[in-house]
Amino acid sequence: MNSQYTPGVVPARLSGDALVQNFADLHAPLAPHEAAVAADRCYFCHDAPCITACPTDIDIPLFIRQISTGTPEAAAKTIFDQNILGGMCARVCPTEDLCEQACVREMAEGKPVEIGRLQRYATDTLMAKGIHPYERAPGTGKKIAVVGAGPAGLSCAHRLAMLGNDVTVYDAMPKPGGLNEYGIAAYKSTNDFAAAEVEWLVSIGGIEIKNGMALGDQLKMDDLVGCFAAVFLAVGLGGVNAMGVDGNDKDGVTDAVSFIQELRQASDLTMLPIGRNVVVIGGGMTAVDAAVQSKLLGAEQVTIAYRRGRDAMSASRYEQDLAASHGVQLLFNVQPKAIHGNGAVAEIELEYTSAIDGKLSGTGETVRLKADQVFRAIGQTLTSDGGLTLEGRKIAVDEHGRTSRAGVWAGGDCAAGGDDLTVTAVAEGRDAAMDIHATLNGSV
Amino acid sequence: MADLTTNFLGITSPNPFWLASAPPTDKEYNVRRAFEAGWGGVVWKTLGSEGPPVVNVNGPRYGVIHGADRRVLGLNNIELITDRDLQTNLDEITRVKKDYPDRALIVSIMVPCEEQAWKDILPKVEATGADGIELNFGCPHGMSERGMGAAVGQVPEYIEMVTRWCKQYYSKPVIVKLTPNITDIRKPAAAAKRGGADAVSLINTINSIVSVDLDTMSPEPSIGGKGSHGGYCGPAVKPIAMSMVSEIARDPETQGLPISGIGGVTTWRDAAEYITLGCGNVQVCTAAMTYGFKVVQEMISGLSQWMDEKGHVSIQDFMGAAVPNVTDWQYLNLNYVAKASINQDDCISCGRCYAACEDTSHQAIAMSDDRTFSVIDSECVACNLCVEVCPVEGCISMVPMEPGTVDPRTGKTVEADYANWTTHPNNPGAVAAE
Repeated sequence: MNSQYTPGVVPARLSGDALVQNFADLHAPLAPHEAAVAADRCYFCHDAPCITACPTDIDIPLFIRQISTGTPEAAAKTIFDQNILGGMCARVCPTEDLCEQACVREMAEGKPVEIGRLQRYATDTLMAKGIHPYERAPGTGKKIAVVGAGPAGLSCAHRLAMLGNDVTVYDAMPKPGGLNEYGIAAYKSTNDFAAAEVEWLVSIGGIEIKNGMALGDQLKMDDLVGCFAAVFLAVGLGGVNAMGVDGNDKDGVTDAVSFIQELRQASDLTMLPIGRNVVVIGGGMTAVDAAVQSKLLGAEQVTIAYRRGRDAMSASRYEQDLAASHGVQLLFNVQPKAIHGNGAVAEIELEYTSAIDGKLSGTGETVRLKADQVFRAIGQTLTSDGGLTLEGRKIAVDEHGRTSRAGVWAGGDCAAGGDDLTVTAVAEGRDAAMDIHATLNGSV
Repeated sequence: MADLTTNFLGITSPNPFWLASAPPTDKEYNVRRAFEAGWGGVVWKTLGSEGPPVVNVNGPRYGVIHGADRRVLGLNNIELITDRDLQTNLDEITRVKKDYPDRALIVSIMVPCEEQAWKDILPKVEATGADGIELNFGCPHGMSERGMGAAVGQVPEYIEMVTRWCKQYYSKPVIVKLTPNITDIRKPAAAAKRGGADAVSLINTINSIVSVDLDTMSPEPSIGGKGSHGGYCGPAVKPIAMSMVSEIARDPETQGLPISGIGGVTTWRDAAEYITLGCGNVQVCTAAMTYGFKVVQEMISGLSQWMDEKGHVSIQDFMGAAVPNVTDWQYLNLNYVAKASINQDDCISCGRCYAACEDTSHQAIAMSDDRTFSVIDSECVACNLCVEVCPVEGCISMVPMEPGTVDPRTGKTVEADYANWTTHPNNPGAVAAE
């Protein structure tokens, strides 16, 4: 068996048992007693700040009160009414930047109500009973295409199906779920939750999912518009930004999203190779997810190298602390200058940066880190724009999610505006569905 | 340091905290441990007549109203008087009193309303050396169906009669424990006084059903699918008990009659409040049943600290101090005008004051876009609801308006003089002020 100190990129640095333990739930689910205690802390605020902070406007005080009165199933319904992926959002939302940051008890005591964990308690309770709490409205006869089975697409599809429309969801990947299935850290979605959630979501009926269908390849925009009454694009950001430094093509230099995807789909983590020394380039959630999971797989030294200072990192302070607590080194104000090694990466050379009026430039001072693997987590890009007008590098949409082409809506990470968060994607998919339905069927 | 020693009816105890007649005082084992934990006195759980003792149900005896985090706010019970043999209890009382001469030991008694029954038991109790007796005229369940407990406490003539027998056949202090399950507490208290009672203690428990099992449709505690009303006690009943205590303390007929205060005493502060309303000591049950005997240590340290801070040397210093301030509504000063004031530094922007005032009171709190909450003086009637629903103690306060200033709600100048309803022009029965 290998160890943390085995040179190179090798599998099984830790025992199978250790890996199972490492990749268990980041936060254990609340037991009923814990949920009761946590729910008791909610003040049932008027026009609650937590609701305002939630991109999907979940009525948080109401669902917490429903938990505290012994009806977590009703609580789940309150959540799903606004956010049909409330189960996943309970696991992956940066609540520390959203609802829990806004909680008045955060202001009062520095200890917010544990909204995320309570939301998981409610949604898990209902889903464990195999209950799908919605029925479809009478059929409208309208057929709608959703491209992308990630959070935005699934949210849109569910709402459209609920309103009586027939929905076909296309996805480029072999499995539905998008980033929920392929993109987030494994310890945030254990026990194949992403797949179970999709199965539960489509059990409303009226949703057909077709995998292995990518926009621009198997799917043509004109065909979609011709065959369907409306099209919702939620293709996400399938491409990865390039890193223009020497040695970028050496073995061991890969995209963080590919690494995470491979990890998420691995049936046996002891078979997954990982470097002894790993460097992750970037400052977002993907960088943290890749770094922490490298550490959990048994890498000895893992470093996140970010070109700006801590405050500019898009990963929340909570995520930064999570990385640090797992022994990940956070290196700020450095950018890749060169990657060294004979065929495979052996070292990465980083140059210190300074920002003048927000513009970064190298200082000339460099540092070299040992690296058996370098993961690029420097942002993702749109792979196919479907011939639509762009805003920046994303599809331009109005406040209803309408694109420049009639009959085509877009939402989620591929559309301009909003944070690239699961919960934001769910809100955009839901709201676009309402607008599509209203457009096709008159008033909602 | 303050001296907590209490002299109640000539019975001294090192502090005013007595355990009430209830499960905690059922037997020697408990009472010895209670005294070791620091309790000043104990009222031994009610003794019945000689002969086969009563039996209790063999299912649940208690039900509870919980607050947040399952804090026990109200406790209901359907337990009866002691279900142990009379002689066993008497022997134990004798031994305990002998070993704890400095603690108060009172024996609670409940026997049928026949002179002979009292004549039989009182000499036996006297022989134990206990400091006094408490007549249980309050138990509202089970025993009352047999013509005892609350069934006696609800008939002033019976109270007077039995009290008189006790004074006749027993030489030490007689305390009459009153039931709150009556319309006017002053009547049974006056009857006890006429019968020669040395003191009254109140309240006993309140008729109650705490909950219903929505699956079985049985009241709880449920005995095989049926429930019976029990007796309610704990923090939830304190306001009811304190009102009754104050009525007795200020009624001309009962004024000066020593009172042992009972009902939801959980902290030193509760005890201090009872004492200011005229009680010579307090009796505790639910707090002990919730937290164990050790809870008395906080009561002792807290009362002692407060007395030191206020310069009270003994319990007598503040006993009854609040009684003169208990009055009828008609004598409240209608010229006293206050307005709510929100301390913005303490406010956590939960908006509960706003919801309460806007939906259920006087629409006197404004909310800004940035969640700043402020009082609209021209609407505020100083009802105090915002103060009470605010989760941050002290964040909202009621500020009296200075005489001479104009109340923006009424447009009237605040008067310095006292004026009440009896002379108010809106009162059809008003008498002109002299």
